[in-house]
Amino acid sequence: MKKLLPLVLVSFSVIIFLTRLFYIQMIDDSYGDVSQNIAIRKVYDYPQRGYIFDRNGKLLVGNQPAYDVMIVPNDVKEFDTLALADLLNLTPERLKDRIENAIIYSPRLASVVTPQLTKDEYAYVQESMYKYAGFYIQKRSLRDYNVSHSANILGYIAEANQRDIKKNAYYQSGDFIGRRGVEQQYEDLLKGTRGVKHFLRDRFNRNIKPYKNKKYDTISKKGKDLSLTIDSELQAYGEKLMKNKRGGIVAIQPKTGEILSLVTAPSYDPEILVGRKRSRNYTEMYYDSISRPLYNRALQAVYPPGSPFKAFTDLIGLEENVMSPDETYYCKGYYSYGRSARMACHHHKNPVDAVSGLAYSCNAYFAQVYRHTIEKYDTPQEGIEVWRKHLESFGFGNYLGYDLPVGRKGLVPDADYYNRAYQYPKYKWYATATLSNAIGQGEVLTTPIQLANGIVAIANRGWYIKPHILKEVNGEPIKFEEYTKKNYTTIKPENFDPIIEGMHNAYEYGTARFLRVPGIEVCGKTGTAENKTRINGEIVQLEDHSIFVAYAPKDDPEIAIAVFVENGGFGSTYAGRISSLMIEKYLKDEIERTDLEKWILSNSLEEEYAKPYLIKEEMEN
Amino acid sequence: MSKHTFFQLDWFSILLVVILIGFGWGNIYSTTVTDANADILDFSKIYGKQILWIVMGFFLVIVVLSVEVKFYERFANAFYLIALLSLLGLLFFGKTIAGQTAWYSFGSFSIQPAEFVKATVALAMAKYLSGINVNLKRFKDQLQAFIIILLPILLIMLQPDAGSALIYLSFAIPLYREGLPHWYLTVAILAGVLFVLTLKFGFVIVSSALALLLTLAYLLNKSKKKSLGSYIFSALIAIGFSFSVSFMFNKVLLPHQQDRFDVLLEDDIDIKGTAFNLYQSQVAIGSGGSTGKGWLKGTQTQGRFVPEQHTDYIFSTVGEEWGFLGTSIIVILFATLLLRLYFIAERQKSQFNRVFGYSVFGILFFHFFVNIAMVIGLFPTVGIPLPFFSYGGSGLWGFLILIFIFLKLDAKRISLN
Repeated sequence: MKKLLPLVLVSFSVIIFLTRLFYIQMIDDSYGDVSQNIAIRKVYDYPQRGYIFDRNGKLLVGNQPAYDVMIVPNDVKEFDTLALADLLNLTPERLKDRIENAIIYSPRLASVVTPQLTKDEYAYVQESMYKYAGFYIQKRSLRDYNVSHSANILGYIAEANQRDIKKNAYYQSGDFIGRRGVEQQYEDLLKGTRGVKHFLRDRFNRNIKPYKNKKYDTISKKGKDLSLTIDSELQAYGEKLMKNKRGGIVAIQPKTGEILSLVTAPSYDPEILVGRKRSRNYTEMYYDSISRPLYNRALQAVYPPGSPFKAFTDLIGLEENVMSPDETYYCKGYYSYGRSARMACHHHKNPVDAVSGLAYSCNAYFAQVYRHTIEKYDTPQEGIEVWRKHLESFGFGNYLGYDLPVGRKGLVPDADYYNRAYQYPKYKWYATATLSNAIGQGEVLTTPIQLANGIVAIANRGWYIKPHILKEVNGEPIKFEEYTKKNYTTIKPENFDPIIEGMHNAYEYGTARFLRVPGIEVCGKTGTAENKTRINGEIVQLEDHSIFVAYAPKDDPEIAIAVFVENGGFGSTYAGRISSLMIEKYLKDEIERTDLEKWILSNSLEEEYAKPYLIKEEMEN
Repeated sequence: MSKHTFFQLDWFSILLVVILIGFGWGNIYSTTVTDANADILDFSKIYGKQILWIVMGFFLVIVVLSVEVKFYERFANAFYLIALLSLLGLLFFGKTIAGQTAWYSFGSFSIQPAEFVKATVALAMAKYLSGINVNLKRFKDQLQAFIIILLPILLIMLQPDAGSALIYLSFAIPLYREGLPHWYLTVAILAGVLFVLTLKFGFVIVSSALALLLTLAYLLNKSKKKSLGSYIFSALIAIGFSFSVSFMFNKVLLPHQQDRFDVLLEDDIDIKGTAFNLYQSQVAIGSGGSTGKGWLKGTQTQGRFVPEQHTDYIFSTVGEEWGFLGTSIIVILFATLLLRLYFIAERQKSQFNRVFGYSVFGILFFHFFVNIAMVIGLFPTVGIPLPFFSYGGSGLWGFLILIFIFLKLDAKRISLN
């Protein structure tokens, strides 16, 4: 027994040592990461974000350098808090908060203490940075805007927040991420690839040498440059025309679906969301519930489409064979559909047909076309469903699938919608109950871009390519099938002829006759949508929305446009003038009708926009 | 050294020692090199100094082997006395480094007498136990043997150097071999286990478990001769001991020693504070993986994150740069050397030789066990070096003296009889 003690001791220790070593060296692999964190410093080389150009190669968005003050909490040694707070232009409490937040984020990883110093601030701060172990300055690249328009198209960049970081492992505190517009939509193309250098460091936090001969180091890769379909000049002009008005303009190239211009008003200068002032300006705009500058009316505002919708009523009527193009109708100044049920019309020449009805915008003509369409089927439910399918083939009633991150579906009611509204089968409903749809004043709701797309389909006589904003990536035209494929409508090409003729005649002798663009054959349609709102429980009639849709030239369409001006009154007043000027600008590059232009530029609707608030005040007094 | 002695030496042990020293130096170099192009014989550098210690150690070995074996036995007590005086002298002439007065300083070199004292205690113990009338079954003789160990322990505790003092417990191994009743060892081990268990789980749980265990043991062994009284007695002793643990822990151990226990026993440890060394050491070893990061390529080692890495924590360098392959080879090399020494000790005809051999085994084993267990987180932090590996001349020479006196004794064992 006594002789065996050494044997026992040695075998016992060999067994426990080898077991323990096997465990921590071969099985538990957590030490590897810890070791990396302790001994290897990663120095990031942030990529430049891709540039953004317009369709003609004009630079819209570039980059400018900026400098972030960073902290790695674990590396921080005792320091003079007051002096550093002073240097960074923070209160000592603020600085402490930021440091605490950095510790919560990660004691080992870098967090931002003060973002986006300017060049001058950088020079000043850099000089005394050596006194503060654990703090350093990281060079970054910020957006530099070459234009003061297109803010809602471009979007902006901001620091990735904790949610972004959790969602996508690529992002780290202090990284930029695109928000809204193209910056958000094409974040993956624009962001580029971060480069990283690994240094071995010692316990005094000094770099010793590159880790593994730079084997794992990468250099940063600039993001891809994007060319948008936007025409910068047209866009700038559109925004200028929309000054002091609210609404949207959407201009699309019919053959390609490329969005030439996407104006929302009021908007803002993209420059105000760059750098340190971003947060304050953003918050201010975010809470501006009156003019809502961050709200993209061209994509998000839903309005009743008004008279332009008659073009679609006309198309569906022809397709459903409820009338022939030259069948005439005599308007008595109203359309009667019940004992005392009348839809009013306005004064115009008689009789009308599929062409002149549209040119004169005769309510009664379209009321009966619509009614015949729905009543062609045994039940109004079936009729509505057929009607809806035709409309959906134009892109109404659903997201269009364009490449910007916001949008609305609009509304094309189906049979269920009316069944619910009229409590079917308890009560029956008939085509006449939905008659307002005929003239775009019923339940149908559209966004400006949907309406513009509908006009594209008319201009192309039956097809459209989904509207899109991206034209080229690094100079290469995009090849996404979604944005090159033709979507066909349910309407036969020949049925478009009378509608195109009617829209053309609106300029020749109809509602748009004084908006003619010299030398260009334009097709268009005015629209006026009633605008009621509820103020303190009472329904109040406000000035109508002014709507206009058009495309030109008639036989070789190059631009299709939809304009909405809130409270702009009759369609031809504001929207019609603006469309006409936009078309002239795009096709002729110069405005000859300076009087028209002057009228638009000098007229403001701000008074109209103040009205609801005045009415409310009156009511309350 | 005669030709005869030369061929009778156990060359297998010598080979193992040489391998360990060589590999050890490679690791010291890795933990202390600052400029890869610098001369390895730069004596201002730690790795350069170690070369000097190794070369001088070689000559020391020749001297040790040249001395007549009778000389060691005859002057054992004299050596022992000189050693005690050298420890005492520290109190007056010693140099204090990091709170321990453990060194005599000569210019840029220092000598740590405690490292040499082990060999003299081994000689004195061997001489005493091989005396004709000594019987370890007798309390008087046990006491005398204990005093031989306790005197240097006391003097070393004055430095204070708990780690070096702890090593003297290794003399329990030769004592046990020479007839010390086994219950000493049993009680010591049980006390150690109880101490740790009480710290970990608390007095209430441990004492209830003890009571339960002893009741069960009594019920199962009823037919055996042991009386109920002896069970109750041992239960009371054990529970009493467990009860006193928190007192011992809080009053006897110093705060930093308490921390070293806490680091191992608590789940929630402060890796930036008390557990820093251990944590860094484990990270270095753990990140080594199967074959390591390569010599001079360990990120933790080269960043000098592990404190005392060239001395007490040298094994973490092996772990990081040579991986599990390296650590298991070192563990097996040590185990082989230890078993070889044990084998040699057992083949001695003279009791003096055998006691000395067992002492060498015990001292070496304790260093090996406590050091590696500490570095891999199985034992509280105790500042004792890994033989042949850790930087330090005194330590290296101390071990060389121990081993080569024994190999000389072994070489001459036949001619003596």
